[in-house]
Amino acid sequence: MAARHETDVAILGAGPIGLFAVFELGLLDLKAHLIDILDRPGGQCTELYPEKPIYDIPGLPVVSGQELTDRLVDQIKPFGAQFHLNQMACGLDRLDDGRWRLKTDAGTEVIAPVVVVAAGAGSFVPKRPPIAGIADYEGKSVFYAVRKMEAFRGKNILIAGGGDSALDWTINLAPIAAKLTLVHHRDGFRAQVHSVNQMRELAAHGKINFEIASVKALHGANGQLEGVTLASPDKREWQHACDTFMPFFGLTIKLGPIAEFGLNLHEDLIPVDTAKFESSTPGIFAIGDINTYPGKLKLILCGFHEAALMAQAAFHVCRPNEKLRFQYTTSSSSLQKKLGVA
Amino acid sequence: MKIIATDRKGDLHTLEGRDGWSVMEILRDAGLPVAAECGGACACATCQVYVDPEWYDRLPPKSDAETDMLDMAIAVEPTSRLSCQITCAPELDGIKVTIAPE
Repeated sequence: MAARHETDVAILGAGPIGLFAVFELGLLDLKAHLIDILDRPGGQCTELYPEKPIYDIPGLPVVSGQELTDRLVDQIKPFGAQFHLNQMACGLDRLDDGRWRLKTDAGTEVIAPVVVVAAGAGSFVPKRPPIAGIADYEGKSVFYAVRKMEAFRGKNILIAGGGDSALDWTINLAPIAAKLTLVHHRDGFRAQVHSVNQMRELAAHGKINFEIASVKALHGANGQLEGVTLASPDKREWQHACDTFMPFFGLTIKLGPIAEFGLNLHEDLIPVDTAKFESSTPGIFAIGDINTYPGKLKLILCGFHEAALMAQAAFHVCRPNEKLRFQYTTSSSSLQKKLGVA
Repeated sequence: MKIIATDRKGDLHTLEGRDGWSVMEILRDAGLPVAAECGGACACATCQVYVDPEWYDRLPPKSDAETDMLDMAIAVEPTSRLSCQITCAPELDGIKVTIAPE
């Protein structure tokens, strides 16, 4: 569903820094929309280490990635930011009136005078196995996700991986596939126990094949896979016929379409000044791990500071004719009203 | 202690390990291309190395968390380890590792 939204600030990335930016902008009455490729807020904190403890957030001696995210989401509630999750920002252009238009792969358009790139190291995308020529098959016979199960009916499928996605899709696709083989480098899995048991049951009844192996080479023509070379841990190799290959090795972070936004990049980072955290393109700010400046440290706490200064500068872009008066949340009744505590 | 690291081009690097640091941190500190996306929390499998077979058995065994996380690594070999889970120590002086493909 295409949707067009007009707001003050479009924030790219709903990790901890993007979330806190909503707070700092909100105190200045600036409204924000957040876009993130993941299906929930938190970025790396929730995707990579939801249960791992973080020890260097001021005032919180220890907090997990998930809890920090939950607290930030709670903290920014009063400001009613709109989330556009499960969407990859794929285009940025400038309108005739000087505002920016950020487009997503789901057809959403967010139009705002200010764009804040808080994208961490980029987008979470599926890990691509280092197999020669795999890109030629992607989207035709190599898939990293299942959009419509029916597309796989009657296929001779090879699934690789040992996590929940690999096991879940092995179990779900087995009934509709002509043939399904799961390969993994060991006879053990990090997936849910009941999924592992279900898979073993299917294998024991000949509904699927399970092999301890990894994929070394792909064979086919014009993007259509005809088979693969498999190798066992002791380096024995053999051919395996299949027409569909689905590697499930989780996600990794790639810069992605931000590289095409026409921004000045230095080694995949956005250089900013340290007064406004604005890029060399006026109106485009960058905060958190995605930016670079002399002395930069990739710490969440530094990103919080960057968000606060960015918000002050963003105010002047969004409200060029208004005066900004600096206030403290402890003493300002107008700020407390915005926070819903006064 | 020394760490002898082979990068993805096949070039050798002799690095000075620091007691208590992880091999991942030493590799990254030297500017070698280990992504280590999670920063060393055994949560992303992007710091995989192949340990020289002579050294592999001399390392403390993998934790369950590391074994699990290696299921999310690509191109896993029998001597694969996550370099964030190998801690520099005097007895590892001369350890040889090869950075796995990304």
